[in-house]
Formats: sequence, structure tokens, C-alpha cells
Amino acid sequence: MKKILTASVFAFSAMAMFSTGASAGDTYFPIIAKGFSHQFWQAVKAGAEQAAKDQGVTITFEGPNTEAEIDKQTDILNAAIAKKPQGLGFAALDSQAQVPALQKAADAGIPIVAFDSGVDSDLPLTTCTTDNVNAAGAAADKMAEAIGGEGKIAAEIHDQTSATGIGRRDGFLNRIKEKYPKIEVVEVQYANDALKAADDIKAMLQAHPDIKGIFASNEGAAIGLSVAIKETGAKIVGIGYDSGKTQKDAIMDGTLLGSITQNPVGIGQCVVNSLAKAVKGEKLEKIIDTGYYWYDKTNITDPKIAAVLYD
Amino acid sequence: MTDAALSQAGAKRNGIFSTAALQKGVAFVVLVALLAFFSVFTENFAAWNNMVNIMQATAVNGVLGVAVTFVIISGGIDLAVGTMMTMTAVTAGLVLTNAGLPLPFGILGAVASGAMMGGASGSIIAKLKIPPFIATLGMMQISRGLALVFSGAKPIYFNSTPSYKYLSPESSISLLVPGLEIPNGVFIMFGIAILASILLNRSLFGRYVFALGSNEEAARLSGVNVDFWKIVTYALSGAICGIAGLLISSRLNSAQPALGLGYELDAIAAVVIGGTSLSGGRGTILGTIIGAFIMSVLTNGLRIMGVQEEWKIVVTGVIIIVAVFVDIMLRRRA
Repeated sequence: MKKILTASVFAFSAMAMFSTGASAGDTYFPIIAKGFSHQFWQAVKAGAEQAAKDQGVTITFEGPNTEAEIDKQTDILNAAIAKKPQGLGFAALDSQAQVPALQKAADAGIPIVAFDSGVDSDLPLTTCTTDNVNAAGAAADKMAEAIGGEGKIAAEIHDQTSATGIGRRDGFLNRIKEKYPKIEVVEVQYANDALKAADDIKAMLQAHPDIKGIFASNEGAAIGLSVAIKETGAKIVGIGYDSGKTQKDAIMDGTLLGSITQNPVGIGQCVVNSLAKAVKGEKLEKIIDTGYYWYDKTNITDPKIAAVLYD
Repeated sequence: MTDAALSQAGAKRNGIFSTAALQKGVAFVVLVALLAFFSVFTENFAAWNNMVNIMQATAVNGVLGVAVTFVIISGGIDLAVGTMMTMTAVTAGLVLTNAGLPLPFGILGAVASGAMMGGASGSIIAKLKIPPFIATLGMMQISRGLALVFSGAKPIYFNSTPSYKYLSPESSISLLVPGLEIPNGVFIMFGIAILASILLNRSLFGRYVFALGSNEEAARLSGVNVDFWKIVTYALSGAICGIAGLLISSRLNSAQPALGLGYELDAIAAVVIGGTSLSGGRGTILGTIIGAFIMSVLTNGLRIMGVQEEWKIVVTGVIIIVAVFVDIMLRRRA
């Protein structure tokens, strides 16, 4: 018994050592993302921390292990609400399932700012997000231009259920359908894991040797695309999404034509700045589009672009 | 334990009429049937370069499968193989990219860190008497967390070690035999499988692995140092995960710290399809390699047929259940 007691005391003090909670009296905003280990979330976190410093507020940045763990994210959300913060930033893994938990925050008078993907309710004061449909449409325009407006193409999408996966897939496919009748999309496949995406795309190229271009909808899929192009030596147009060093290197050495990037640093700043405004009682617009950029070999080092790319 | 008792404990493992051999035969028939099916019903499946694609896609899961085969035959389970693989890849990155040491140190680092994590799992199981499922579930989280901590939650790239790509995607054999573009990773998988097979069937250690899985109490009473050999089994499994870590990070030219979850289930599926009994004491390395090939042929073939991802997952599940069902039927008859 004594042993167990000592062990738990030790465990709790270790937890206290590693935790970065707010001290009393500060303005404190917990920011809850869809994950933390992915590079994209690290960039959002960097933007949020920068804005927190400017605004003189304290934040914490948390997220579940994988983007499928909706229940775990809800637990994190409930724990954050229990801390009675002055505001709450939240990127919902599921646009509907977590509304009841958010309602608790709203009932307690905590201002909510949604980010990355929206919530199907009026509870958030604003949503800081990239218009994925529009941004993926821009990728479709670049693809059409690069392959001369006709031929077969395919898409490797990172997820078939999340709002970003659906938005990017539909944004890309619909733009092709509406504007480029001579382009045929022969395959749409799904993988978020770089290794699985690479083997997927090699099988696609095997099935359709006359494919002229492939669109990959996030960093993992884009790494897979560049590995597949390098290993097969296929002469196709590859277009990616997000950033990361592998993708940037592939663009520099010509393996990929270019990619769409969101503005993750801008999303993080938008969340904290909007919360600070809400605390002061300022009015916010319902949706804040944090924008997207197309980048390729020609503008990758442009300071404006380089600032939103991550390694 | 006398030689006679040992060979009795392991008697079921070798002979051509043993259930393991039968199941392995069944798995092989399934593999050939799948290859034939996809060759007939799709246009581009049966091309040599696609066979190379399949071999390359099997390499990581095949090696992880070999790692977990030892543990499963010994009557345990290892849920941490996927995330230990990730941690070993991160270790290679730390040694090669961050510390700037030459390639052999990176290889050594990956294998040694795998052996350490596996050895830790084994010690927890043997000394603290925590069931393997729980101990390795813990190690799965520990290794996953450590991979994120040590990498700073960022991928580590191997651009400063150009020779790193020779571990997997480059093809050295094509220099000797022009046109035979089989990546080195494929040969490493087969090499590991052959070494593992010899170790399992021709060494004292291999006999102890079977004895532990057949009847641990009998082995203990015969004077086998059960705790010690258990730890060695898990450490070996971890070391082999280190090889898988080198293969995956070489192919992606980066150690991706967020990757790895789910790989343990693919590896266990390959082992089970290959006829190794989850209750221990029975199994083969060859079966595991065939099992891993069945999974990648399925993935590749269904993809070329244009079958949706969702259905591909369903079919893989059905194959696992059918394989284990055949295993049970054959054992009842034997």
C-alpha cells in the first residue's frame, strides 16, 4: 500500500512537472486541435503561440493521437471546459457529434472559436478555416493546365469521412467536371499513410499506364505520390497539398509540379486573435477564410510563401 | 529438459504431415489462386514490374511478421511491433542525421534500440508477471510517445546520408544483372526470413521458443530458464523490428514519427494467415512470409481491379477469418 502511495505521489508530481496549465488571474484559452503530431498542427500551434504572446494571454494546445479518435477529443474538450477558461478554440473531428459538449461551454458563457473544419451549429462565434473546396479547385485548374486540358488523371485522397478529405476531393473533382470535359478521372483512392499511399499509386499506374496526372490531398498522400513517381520513373504531373520537407524537395527536383498550401500559421493566429476580440466584446464575422497559396519551383522561396510552409 | 522431451514438445513443428505444414500448404494454395485470379481478371496485374511492386510492398510487413512470429510461437503476443519500428527509425535518424555518424552506426542504433524495447517488454512479462497483451500494449504507447518526443514530433530526413537509400529502394542486383530491378529491401526481407527460419528450427534457442509455447510449465520443470529465454525472444523480436524500421525509413527517406500504429495488426494477420497458432507452440517463418504476400497481393490486385478502399478492407478481414477457420478444421482432423 505504501509503495502504491509513493508511486502515485511520484506520478502526480511528474504530471505536474510536465503540464503547462494556466496560473490564476491570466486570460487562458485552451486550443483543441484534431491532432498534434502531424506537422500541420505543429504549424497551427506555432501561429497560436505567436498570437498568444502578442495578446499577452496564456494558451494550451492539445489534440488526440489520431484523427479518428472523436471520443478522446470530446474528453479533452470536457476537461478544458471544466477549467473554466475565458475562451475556447476547437477544431471538431466530427461536425455534429461534439455539439452537446460545446453547448456546455456556451451555457457557461465561454466564447468558442472553431478552426480548420466547422461545427454544424451557431455556437462558435466564428470559424477560422481554409476554403478547402475552393483551394482544391485551384489544384484542378493547375492540373488541367499542366496536362493540356485533356487525358486521364487520378486522385489519392487522405480520408473519406473528414470535412477536409471530402472538401478537397469534391473541390478537385467538381472543378474538373465543370470546366474540363475532356479530362477523365479514372481512380479516386484513399490513404493517409505515406507508405500505403506509395503502393496504392504504383498499383494505379499499373492499372492505367496512360494516366497523365495525379492529385494527392495532404502531406502523407503527397509523400507517397513523390515516392511512387521516383520508384516507377513515371512521366506524370504530380500535384500535392500542404507542405513538409519531402514534398518541398520533390517540388524543387521536379518530381512534383507544385502544391496547394493552407495557411496553418494564419489559422493559429486567427483563433487566438478572434478569442481575444471576443473577450473584449468585439463582433466577429461568421467565417474567416485564412486563405491558400499555390506554390511551385518558381515561388517556393518567396518570403510570403516560405513563412507558411513547414519542414 | 532432455533432448527427447524437447523434440517431443516440438514434434508437431517439422514433419511434412504436421498441421503447420498443412496450413502453410493451404496458405500457399490461396496465394497461387489469388495470383491466378488477378492475372486472369485484370489486364495489367501479371507484369514483371508489378510483381516487383508487390514484393516491395511486402517487405516491411513481412519483416514485422517474422518478428512477431517468434513471440507468438513462444505463447505470447507483441502489440508494439509497429510503433517500436517507428522508434527504431527515429533512432537511426538521430544517429545519422542529428549526430552525423556513418551508416553502420545508424543500422546498429536501430537494431539495438529495438532489442532494448523488446527486451524491456520481455522483462516486464517475465519478471513482473504482467500478461504479454497488457505489457506490449503499454510498450506500444511508450514507444509511440518516445518516437514523438525524440523526433520533436517532426520527420527526420536522411538527406545527409545518401547511401541510406541502398537499404531499401535502390537495386544493387540491377548492377550485376541489368534489367533485374529488384529493390534491396526485398532481398533483406528474404535474408531475414531465412536466418530466422534457421534460428527457429536449428538452434537451441528455437527449441526453447517452441517449448515455451507448447507447455511453459513443463519447460520450467525440465530446467529451462523460462524467464531468460522469454526476454531473449522479445528482444529478438524488437531487434527485427529495427530492420523493418530501417526498411520503411529508407524507402520514405525519412523517419515519420506519426506512422506505425496499425502495422502490428497487419503483421499479426500475416502470421495468423500463415498458419502460426495464436495459442503458441506451433508455426513457421515461411508461413508468415506467405501470409504477408497474400495480404499485399490482395491489396495490389484489388486496387488494380479498381475495387474501393472500403471493400478492400472488408475482403482482407474475410481472408483472415477463413484462414484461421481452415487452421482449426485441419487441427481437429489431425
